[in-house]
Amino acid sequence: MLREGHEVSCLDEDPEAHARLEVNLDRSWEDSGGQFTVGTGLEEDALTAAGIERADAFIASTDGDNTNIVIAQIAKRRFNVPTVIARILDPLRAEWYEKQGVNTICPTRVAIEMLEKEVLEAAGSG
Amino acid sequence: MGEGKYIIIAGAGKVGWNLARELLDKGHEVTVIEDNRNRYLSVEQELEHSIQYGDASELWVLERAGISRADMVIAVTGDDEDNMLICQVAKDKYLVDRIIARVNNPRNRPHFELLGIKPYVSATDLILRLLEHEVPEYGLVHLLDLPEERLEIIEMLLAEDSRVAGQRVGDLNMPEGSLLISILREGQGGFVPTPETVLEAGDEVLAVLDPGLEEELKVFFGPDGTE
Repeated sequence: MLREGHEVSCLDEDPEAHARLEVNLDRSWEDSGGQFTVGTGLEEDALTAAGIERADAFIASTDGDNTNIVIAQIAKRRFNVPTVIARILDPLRAEWYEKQGVNTICPTRVAIEMLEKEVLEAAGSG
Repeated sequence: MGEGKYIIIAGAGKVGWNLARELLDKGHEVTVIEDNRNRYLSVEQELEHSIQYGDASELWVLERAGISRADMVIAVTGDDEDNMLICQVAKDKYLVDRIIARVNNPRNRPHFELLGIKPYVSATDLILRLLEHEVPEYGLVHLLDLPEERLEIIEMLLAEDSRVAGQRVGDLNMPEGSLLISILREGQGGFVPTPETVLEAGDEVLAVLDPGLEEELKVFFGPDGTE
C-alpha cells in the first residue's frame, strides 16, 4: 500500500517487527514514507501515537482473533475510523461478527475456497 | 440468586475452579470450560462432568456447553480479550441474561465499558479500594458504587483544617446532587446528623452523591483555602 502512494502506519508490540517491514525495500521503512510504533492495539496511547485519529482505514491483523475483534471495535466505536477490517481465522466467529457490522477477512475461508477450486480444476483436467 | 441456575464459567484457573466449587455446593448446575489440557485434566478429577475441554471463545464450544439455556456466563480467563469476546457473544448472540467478566489488566477497563460488558470485576481495583480505606491520605473512600443507579456513597475524614469543621449541618451548602447522611465520631459511633449538629475535625462524614461529584466534595470537606 505504501508503494501505491498511501501513508501506512504499523503498530506492533515487538520492536523487531520493524526489520520485517524493510525486507525488499531499497530504503528504510521511514524513508519510504512508513511509520512504525511499538505497542499493542489495546493501548489507546499507542493507537493515538500511531495516528489512528486521522486514519481513513484500520486493519486489525494480530495473530489473535479475539484481540482483532476487540481492537476493531475500539477503532470503530472509540476512534470512529471510517473503514475497519478485522482478520478472524475462525470462520464461525468471522461469520457472526460480519453480521454484527464488523468488516472481516477470514483467511481460513479464503484458503478453503482456493483449495477447493484447485482440487476441482485438477480433478476436472485429469 | 435463586436455586437451580445453569452457569457457564470460562476458565478453570484459581478463580474459575473455586467459583465452580462454591456454586456447585449451593446447588447450581455448572459447566467450566478450560482450554489447557493439563489444567483440564487435573480439575476434571474433582469436577468430573462439570468441566469441558475446549476454547470458550469458540462458538461451537459454547454451544456444546449448552450456552443457549445458560442463566449466566462468567468469563474469568487470564486473557482480557477472551473475556470480552466470550461475554459479548454470550450477551448478543446467545441472549444470556447475566454475564460477569474478569478484568486482568485494569487499563483494559474502558474497553469492557465500550463493548457494554458489565459487571466486570478487577482484582487490582478491589485491592486499591481496600487500600483507599486503609490509607487515610487518600481522603475520600468509596463505600458503594452503583453506576447503573447513578449512585455513590463515600466516606471522608474531616482534617484539622477542614473548612466545614465548626459549621452547623443546617448551614452547609452541600454541592447539588450530594447529601450528608451520617457522621462517625470518636466515642459516639455513627449517627444521622440533624441541622443543629456541628461538624468537628476528626469526624468521618458519609455522603450519598451523583457520580462525578467526588472532586467537588473533596474540596468542600477539605482544607480551608483550597477553592
